[in-house]
Amino acid sequence: MSRNTIRIWYLIHKWSSLIPTAFLLMLCVTGLPLIFHDEIDAAMGLETESSLSGAPSADGGLPLDVMLERALAERPGEVPLFMAFSQDSPLLTVTTGPAPDAPGNTMHLQFLDRATGDPLGPAPANPLLDFLLQLHTDMFLGLPGMLFLGVMGISFIVALISGTVLYAPFMRRLRFGTLRTRRSLRVKRLDRHNFIGVVTLVWALVVGATGAINAFADPLTDAWRNGEIAEMAAAYSSAEPLPPAEYGSLDTAMAAAQKALPGRSPQFIGFPGGAWSSGHHYAIFFQGDRPVTQHLLTPALVDAETGELTDARTMPAINQALMMSKPLHFGDYGGLPLKILWFLLTLATIWVLWTGLFLWLRRRGGEIDRRVEEIALGAAQGMRA
Amino acid sequence: MSHRVRPQSAIRIFAWPIAIGVAALIGLVLGLTGDGARDLAAWILLGIGPVVVIAALLGRTS
Repeated sequence: MSRNTIRIWYLIHKWSSLIPTAFLLMLCVTGLPLIFHDEIDAAMGLETESSLSGAPSADGGLPLDVMLERALAERPGEVPLFMAFSQDSPLLTVTTGPAPDAPGNTMHLQFLDRATGDPLGPAPANPLLDFLLQLHTDMFLGLPGMLFLGVMGISFIVALISGTVLYAPFMRRLRFGTLRTRRSLRVKRLDRHNFIGVVTLVWALVVGATGAINAFADPLTDAWRNGEIAEMAAAYSSAEPLPPAEYGSLDTAMAAAQKALPGRSPQFIGFPGGAWSSGHHYAIFFQGDRPVTQHLLTPALVDAETGELTDARTMPAINQALMMSKPLHFGDYGGLPLKILWFLLTLATIWVLWTGLFLWLRRRGGEIDRRVEEIALGAAQGMRA
Repeated sequence: MSHRVRPQSAIRIFAWPIAIGVAALIGLVLGLTGDGARDLAAWILLGIGPVVVIAALLGRTS
């Protein structure tokens, strides 16, 4: 690799990591407790599911119309926005709001027990974790904040790739895993930075890329609703949105959808006029029927007035990638051991970011030429730093 | 005590990082596509990286 090529990659690595460093450190630090949000909620007594017994709400229980009526009785004057099912317990979550297209901050979530029909009150909030999640998602800046963090995530991927490119010439004369701890502090930091960085590279790429995809979730969902959903509901394009008073039976709609997608378990229903449906349909989202496709949702659009199926189609590839990227980012799909690994790998990433930052902070004059030379010659066991 | 190692090929340099990375990738996918034995395989395969880091930090110095 020529010195010019190395210089270009060196500058790419320097700036693609320096610019997002502060944000990446914030994401790592806020992400650490978020990995264990289920365990933390359970420990604080905020977990409802384990105390309920009966069939999972996705499989059966009281009729959905009865459940919705009870939920709305708790929230007079509001309209239904979402109904979400559990695959593990009778817990049913109903989201309501002042209007069908109500923004997220005016929505109200409540829990119900589909086995007994009892309302269980508002979904419990965990102020600390909610704060960290908001900081982690959009820094309290809404969509611009999300998109900004998405761009920081893309910069992180560029930093990982350019770092790997520089690893090759640098390591020509060093064996894998060499940590030169008796030279200067700089060499010690540099070796640890390179070693930990390259060992955790794939995980960091996956979590960085899935995080960036998640940051673009809102525009991707909007594009899907304006594209595929609009196409599926083309026959309704000139009709006025269906007023909530004219919503028909949910149970009839669910039966029609399950006839079209037999053997699938429902995950949630998007009500008409919201971000996840058309102005006229219940969009019922079903999980895949095999473990491989469990995270991929297929929506069935059912006319909310008549309960007749309009269409059921798999989502476009980019939206499927978005759905797969959620578990891969959260690390919540393989039990507690996987979460502990996520925790350790996040700590490793913090270390790589921190050592990288200090390698830059403690730089001296004429830095770039000397660094390029060091990489081009290949670091050596006995060389003075 | 300078002992220079002969320059290694790119394949030599990346042999271990690629092996660890491929294991991690297979682990991530296995965990996502099933429970039980697949989760166990995911923990082991994804765990190689952290174990290598901890072992190197505790052990070798030069």
